Amino acid sequence: MKSLEELKAIRETMQAQMGLRKEDSNQTRIVVGMATCGIASGARPVLVALSDIIQEKGLTNVMVTQTGCIGLCQYEPIVEIVEPGKDKVTYVNMTPEKALEVVDQHIVRGQIVSKYTISEMIG
Amino acid sequence: MYRSHVLVCGGTGCTSSGTPKVLEALNKEIKKASLEKEVSVVQTGCHGLCALGPIIVIYPEATFYSMVKPEDVPEIVNEHLLKGRIVTRLVYDETVTEEGITSINETNFYKKQHRIALRNCGVINPESIDEYIATNGYEALGLALTKYTPEQVIQIILDSGLRGRGGGGFPTGLKWKLAKGNDADQKYVCCNADEGDPGAFMDRSVLEGDPHVVLEAMAIAGYAIGASMGYIYIRAEYPIAVDRLTIAINQAREYGLLGNNIFGTDFNFDIELRLGAGAFVCGEETALLTSIEGNRGEPRPRPPFPAQKGLFQKPTILNNVETYANIPPIILNGSDWFSSMGTEKAKGTKVFALGGKINNTGLVEIPMGTTLREVVEEIGGGIPGGKKFKAAQTGGPSGGCIPSSHYDIPIDYDNLLEIGSMMGSGGLIVMDEENCMVDIAKFFLEFTVDESCGKCTPCRVGTKRLYEILEKITAGNGTMEDLDKLEVLCKYIHENSLCGLGQSAPNPVLSTLHFFKDEYIAHVVDRKCPAGVCKALLSYVIEADLCKGCTLCSRSCPSDAISGKVKEAHVIDQNKCIKCGVCKDKCRFGAISIR
Repeated sequence: MKSLEELKAIRETMQAQMGLRKEDSNQTRIVVGMATCGIASGARPVLVALSDIIQEKGLTNVMVTQTGCIGLCQYEPIVEIVEPGKDKVTYVNMTPEKALEVVDQHIVRGQIVSKYTISEMIG
Repeated sequence: MYRSHVLVCGGTGCTSSGTPKVLEALNKEIKKASLEKEVSVVQTGCHGLCALGPIIVIYPEATFYSMVKPEDVPEIVNEHLLKGRIVTRLVYDETVTEEGITSINETNFYKKQHRIALRNCGVINPESIDEYIATNGYEALGLALTKYTPEQVIQIILDSGLRGRGGGGFPTGLKWKLAKGNDADQKYVCCNADEGDPGAFMDRSVLEGDPHVVLEAMAIAGYAIGASMGYIYIRAEYPIAVDRLTIAINQAREYGLLGNNIFGTDFNFDIELRLGAGAFVCGEETALLTSIEGNRGEPRPRPPFPAQKGLFQKPTILNNVETYANIPPIILNGSDWFSSMGTEKAKGTKVFALGGKINNTGLVEIPMGTTLREVVEEIGGGIPGGKKFKAAQTGGPSGGCIPSSHYDIPIDYDNLLEIGSMMGSGGLIVMDEENCMVDIAKFFLEFTVDESCGKCTPCRVGTKRLYEILEKITAGNGTMEDLDKLEVLCKYIHENSLCGLGQSAPNPVLSTLHFFKDEYIAHVVDRKCPAGVCKALLSYVIEADLCKGCTLCSRSCPSDAISGKVKEAHVIDQNKCIKCGVCKDKCRFGAISIR
C-alpha cells in the first residue's frame, strides 16, 4: 500500500458490493416477484440482472429484494420500484434487457419508463 | 455480483452450537437450487446474542434468524433465497411484531447498545481484508502516517479520554506519551490478548470478528511511540482467533500495510503472534512480557514500568484488544466524538460479557454510565423464571459484587471501585436468590489459588489459607472469629502481594463479606445456607402429607437413601443421603423440600 488513493480505490469497489448489507429506511427498493408464477416466467434472470447492474453502478442507496405472488400471474415477471416518499411503480412482463433499461431511466435519471408499466399494459 | 448475502455467525459461541453443520447444509442447498452465483455465504464474527446461536442474517432484507439447525436450512434456501418469503418461524422472536418483521436494531438487546469496538463484528467477513477496508479500514493508519505527527496522534488519544479496557483503566494516551518520551534504539508495541477472566470473552470476539482493527491500531501505536515491532500475546485456547489473526497478518503484509515503507512513508512495522499456554498470571503486564521473552511467566516488581524498561529491557507499551479496537475510530472521527460519549471520567463505551442468571447471555457494548439495571433488565432481558436479582459480579476473580441496593449505579471505573468491585475486563455475571455468596467467593478463590504463580508468599500461601477458611465456613464448621480472620488476611494479601493477581484476589471475599455479612453469619451461627447451595448445610426432607408414595424418588436415588412402601409416605435416611437433589427434581408432587 503506497497511498491513501490506492486504499480508497479498494474501498470503493468493495463498498458497492457490501452496500447490500446496509440498513437504511431511505433506500429505494426494487422488488421482484419471485413466486412460482414469477420464476416460471423468468424472474430469476431479471433479478440477477438487476442486482448485478445496481452493484456495477455502485448504487448503494438501492436494494434489490424479492416478494411473493401479487395475483397478476399472467403479467409476471413483475418488478416494483418503491422510492421513499413516492408512489410505487409497477413494471410488468419484464426481461433482463427491459430491466436494465428501467434502471437506466427510472433509477438513474428519475424518469418512469411508462411503456412497461402496469397501467400501460392493462389500462 | 451477488444479489443476496447470507451472513453466518462464526464466533466461538455459534460455532460450538453448530455453525459448521449449518454452513455445510447451506452450501449444499444453495448449490442444489443453483443459487451459488447469486447468493454469497459469508462467515462473520460474533453478533453478541450467543445464547441464540447459530445465527444467520440474510441481506438485503436484514432478516435475523436465530437457533438455526441444519434441518431448517432447506426451508430457508427454498423459501427465503429462492422465493423471497421470510421463514417467520425461524426469525428471532423479538423482531417479529404485529406490523411485521422489524429491524434487529429495534430490539431491546440491540437498541441501547452502541457498538464501537464491536462495530464490524457480525458485519464483515473477518478473513477478508477487502471487507475491512470497505468499512474504512486502514484509513486511520494512512491518515496518521501522512497527515499527523506522532505527537499529534498521541494528543488525539489523550484528548479522547480513552482508558485501558483490560481492567485497570489507565489513560491510554498517557501510556503512549510515557513510552514516546523514553529514547531507545528499539521499542515495542504489545497487545494483551490473554483474556483469562472466567466469563469474559470480548477480546476473543473482537479478534474473531474483526482481527484487522487490532493490527491497524498497533501500527498506529508503533508510529506514535516510534516502534517498528509488535507482538500479540494470545492464549492458545482461542484457536479460531489465532487462525483469523494469522490470516489477517499475512493479508496485511501482502497489501504492504505491515512491513516496510507503509503508505509510501519511511515508517516500518511488523507484527508477530506469541501463543500463551493459558496461565491467568500472564494477563498481568510484567508476567506477559516475561513470557514473550521466552521465560517462565512470572511478574516482577514495578518500577521500572514497561514504558521505561519493558520487553527485552526496551520501552514497551502493552494495551488490551478492546482498547486497540477503539483507536482507529478515534483517529477517524476525532477526540471530541469519542469524549462526547460516556461519563465525566470514563469516555466511550465498554463491552460486557453477560453470563449467569440472565436471559440474553452474550456480548453487549454500552456507553459508559449505563446503569446496571438497564443492562440486566432491558438489554439482558431480565432473569429467567422471574427470579429476583441478588447481585452481579464484575471483574471476575479480581472484582467484587454489586448488590441489588446498588442496582441503579451508573457503570464506570470509579463508581465500581468505590463500592469495592472493579470494571475488570468486563465479565458480568448475574446472580439471583438461588446463588450463595459465600460459595461464589469460594469459587473465585479456588480459581486464584490454582492460578497463583507462586513467586510471592502472600499470594501463594495467603490465598490458599483464605480458601481453607471459606471451605470451613461452607462445611458448617466456621466460627465468628473466622470471619474476622478472613478480613485481616484479605487486607494482608492485598497490601503485600507482588502483582495485581494477588493484590486483587481478596476482592470477591471482601465485597461479599461487606454486602452479605448476614449470609456468612447464617452459615456460621445458624449452620444454614440461605440460598440452599452449600450441601453440607442442607438436608432434603419428604413432606409426609404431600407424598403420594409413588416410589419414583426411591427408584431414582443413587445412594438408596429413600425407603417406604407403595402409596405410603417415604422417608430419607439422612446418613445415607448425598444431597444430590435428584429426588427433588423427580418428585411430581413437590413433596421434597430443602431445610
